[in-house]
Amino acid sequence: MIQALSGNTAVAYAMKQVNPDVVAVYPITPQTVAMERFADYVADGDVDTELIMADSEHSAMSCCIGASLAGGRVMTSTASAGLALMWEVLYVAASNRCPIVMNVMNRALSAPINIHCDHSDAMGARDSSWIQIHAENVQEAYDNIIQAVRIAEHENVRLPVMTNMDGFTLSHATERLETLDDQQVQKFIGKFKAIYPLLDVDNPVTYGPLDLYDYYFEHKRQQVEAMELAYDVVKRIGQEYGKVTGRSFDMLHPFEMDDAEIAVLALGSTSGTARVAVRAMRQKGVKVGLVKLRVFRPFPKDGLKEMLKGMKAVAVMDRSDSYGAFGGPVFSEVRSALLGEDVEVVNYIYGLGGRDIRQDQVEQVITDMSTVAKTGKVKSYVNYLGVR
Amino acid sequence: MKEKGWKECLWGGLIVDAGNSVLYKTGDWRSQKPIRDEKKCTDCLQCWIMCPDAAIKVKDGKVVGIDYDYCKGCGICSKVCPFDAIEMKEEGEQ
Repeated sequence: MIQALSGNTAVAYAMKQVNPDVVAVYPITPQTVAMERFADYVADGDVDTELIMADSEHSAMSCCIGASLAGGRVMTSTASAGLALMWEVLYVAASNRCPIVMNVMNRALSAPINIHCDHSDAMGARDSSWIQIHAENVQEAYDNIIQAVRIAEHENVRLPVMTNMDGFTLSHATERLETLDDQQVQKFIGKFKAIYPLLDVDNPVTYGPLDLYDYYFEHKRQQVEAMELAYDVVKRIGQEYGKVTGRSFDMLHPFEMDDAEIAVLALGSTSGTARVAVRAMRQKGVKVGLVKLRVFRPFPKDGLKEMLKGMKAVAVMDRSDSYGAFGGPVFSEVRSALLGEDVEVVNYIYGLGGRDIRQDQVEQVITDMSTVAKTGKVKSYVNYLGVR
Repeated sequence: MKEKGWKECLWGGLIVDAGNSVLYKTGDWRSQKPIRDEKKCTDCLQCWIMCPDAAIKVKDGKVVGIDYDYCKGCGICSKVCPFDAIEMKEEGEQ
């Protein structure tokens, strides 16, 4: 079915179609509307979900963990400071291998207080062992949630998944999207299989025991392995989803990369802007391509190396900064993945607190990369795009 | 007990065997060891009542020994004994 939905209503609609056992939520801009719409579905009896209105995001995630360990399919949604307040329990969810799916409407962190988009919230949670997927538009945000259920629950993975989308840019933008039927969604995600559920009282289990120097390290090593196995799972589920919908997904989505000599790498809605800029620069004869980084965790290091080796210059767009580090989080990892390759990688930190990123700015970045490719010289490896 | 590698253990420290605390020999923690003098003991069972673990072994209403696998050496038994029948000694001293 073709519908016109805002990002928030698309999230609520996808969740309605998943029909999770438990949703525990706390409102925060810009995702409040998504949960209000989902609460409507609960009130109207369109879903079987037990909706828990928690007293904070820390409590909301804690409820999600309890419900997940009890043996339910669990979802939630948050943003910004809400994600930050979940901090402690994000790790608990991942370490207890709870396949929770959480939508995050990316928003800047305080202070000063700001409600608009950047990726500081998600990037802050990058080491929490959650799988992180970013959407370019509302269609992808919808598609990602449905795939995320399968990825999280896959027996080789069993990790929570965070589906990210840009606050306001996507959450409050109404776009045309194709949605599946409820039955198609149910068929795709399948029945939830609980593993060692707490409510199986005939087979009692203990979650979260004291785990000191004798075993903690082994349990962390297992999480590394789950992330390694997730590469293949994300790819295969992305392909399978393509067979149902005609929209296939991968870790990385290249555009005009076949004969490219320079590249721009971006995630989230900026990849849409960058695609238009790449197309415009191609018409001027610049051999430039775009790499959309759809999945940040697990970080597609091998795929990136394959895609970017032989480039003369690569511009990495970061919508958050890591203060005191050498560049933003995406830059550090892309550069690290390209270790040993003769590629100049340049960082552009942009759009903090929702500052717009325009086509002409990305075109300027591409022009800069052409200069780097011609001269072999980089003026500055870390640049702030659009700051006064 | 041989410690398992990461490929062999269940995720997240999950424990699927109920009643497994018996496998954890907490007696390792002890620095003070209770030594019971059978001659002074009247089997009043004050130590058995007060022991925070279950380290006082009793059979047919009589104290038959102390379970050093689980006794952490807290000394409560020695303190409550009305007949000074339990003496705390430095571990390794006796």
